[in-house]
Amino acid sequence: MSILIRKPGIRTVVRDLGRFGHMAAGINPTGAMDTLSARVVNILLGNSDNAALLEFGFPAPEIEFEADTAFCIGGSAVDAKLNNVPVSIWKPRRASAGDILTLSPTSNGSFAYLAVAGGFDVPEVLGSRTTNLAAGFGGHQGRLLAAGDRLSFRSPGQSFPNEQPALGYSLRPQLADPVRIRITRGPEYHRLTALSEQTLTTETFSVGQNSDPMGFRLTGPRIFSLDETELLSSAATFGTVQLLPDGGLAVLMSDHQTTGGYPRIAVVAAVDLPLLAQLRPGRSFTFELIETLDAERLLFDREQSLRFLKTGLRLARG
Amino acid sequence: MRIVPLGESALVVEFGREISPELNDKAIALARRLNEKPFPGFREAVPCYASVGIYFDPLVFRPEDKSVFERVYTEVEARLNQLSVRSSVASRLIEVPVDFSDAAGPDLAEICEILSITRDRFIETYCGREYRVYMLGFLPGFAYMGELDPSIAFPRLPTPRLRVPRGSVGIAGRQTGIYPAESPGGWRLIGRTALELFDANRAEPSLFSPGDRVRFVAV
Repeated sequence: MSILIRKPGIRTVVRDLGRFGHMAAGINPTGAMDTLSARVVNILLGNSDNAALLEFGFPAPEIEFEADTAFCIGGSAVDAKLNNVPVSIWKPRRASAGDILTLSPTSNGSFAYLAVAGGFDVPEVLGSRTTNLAAGFGGHQGRLLAAGDRLSFRSPGQSFPNEQPALGYSLRPQLADPVRIRITRGPEYHRLTALSEQTLTTETFSVGQNSDPMGFRLTGPRIFSLDETELLSSAATFGTVQLLPDGGLAVLMSDHQTTGGYPRIAVVAAVDLPLLAQLRPGRSFTFELIETLDAERLLFDREQSLRFLKTGLRLARG
Repeated sequence: MRIVPLGESALVVEFGREISPELNDKAIALARRLNEKPFPGFREAVPCYASVGIYFDPLVFRPEDKSVFERVYTEVEARLNQLSVRSSVASRLIEVPVDFSDAAGPDLAEICEILSITRDRFIETYCGREYRVYMLGFLPGFAYMGELDPSIAFPRLPTPRLRVPRGSVGIAGRQTGIYPAESPGGWRLIGRTALELFDANRAEPSLFSPGDRVRFVAV
């Protein structure tokens, strides 16, 4: 049972939620860019949150189902058609052998997800199925998908009711303006001048053109530091906001290096990281500084919404 | 020393701000202690030059008045209090055979010219001491090693190369390192090794671990 990649799209890659436990060897998690959407499409299909799925940007891939299965699309706004008939996203659908799925972007967002029932059956490497592009392992042969690639999946799909409860709005990327990204103080926040502390949370920033899944370069006002001493390379995370030597900011994204030497002035709140990941180059937003405790609470609330979603689906499935 | 949050799922223990084997020994010891005696939710500990990144899953904690950060802080503090720092003098020694030819080390001729030393003298100095693996980062299996004799220290390229061949041995200031895979990179390239530095399918994917001693041998 497999799908066939007829057209690869610009950046189609197998992801899960990340490969944890190997950063000391320089191996970063490289999970999905928008982990929330990735989890939600898996949950809607009845998969485990961490099942391997396809992440794609635009131009998107064209895919042929070579066996019957169920699938679900979500993430950025995407115009999906199965054999030229529009299909809604955020909803599990059946596909039959020979069906062709075409995907095109609509107004908003950068990354969309295609999950199939049971998840894609790529080999697990170091505890995960996600792709590490820098070192060329994991996922499908450690690389982006190409035309002619076949990805197998595990099950023909379990049953799901035709009428599922609608997915709550809070679990979809909230891409309407104005976008606000919450941050907490990073280890080198104290290096900012008082004026730059203010600039950080009052002025508008936008996602720069040279942004990719390793990092988003931001355009916006220059940020000034009280202390220019060079730092030793130290720990970094998906969401770390670095102050670059030219006074610009960069946010480390999913394919970031495990360590970095630039001042970590802030960290994007985990609940807002999926939203940031979806902002296209040119989209503007503001930062809001919150306390670590509040960021933790938001994360617990988000987790509860996901638990409610799972419970609701279980009840609907009977 | 300071312990500070790095988002909701990580914190940093910073022992100091300079490159020293003593601070690095502490970082390695704390990471080892956490691996031996993890706290609930612990994901991993990443020793760096003079700090440790500690990663955890905040969702295994129950929401309380006290933050997850404070609770992890307490766990880390307890392990810091029982820390036994082993000197890395007793750690394993890895020999790395290096081809220092022009083809393998495209920057070596220029470095020697600017430093006004012969190629043989450079190689002798470079291979004449043991290096310490301080940390891994940048790429899977990339070890930051130090420190070079000051007489052969050399800054990074002003503009990084788009493609550095796999196995290239580079220097940056008083640091040295080897590219485990082809990648962009700004270190000056002085040679190349055929050693397999990283293989995701090995039991230990990375050849190097923090604290290892390394000696380069000209071939």
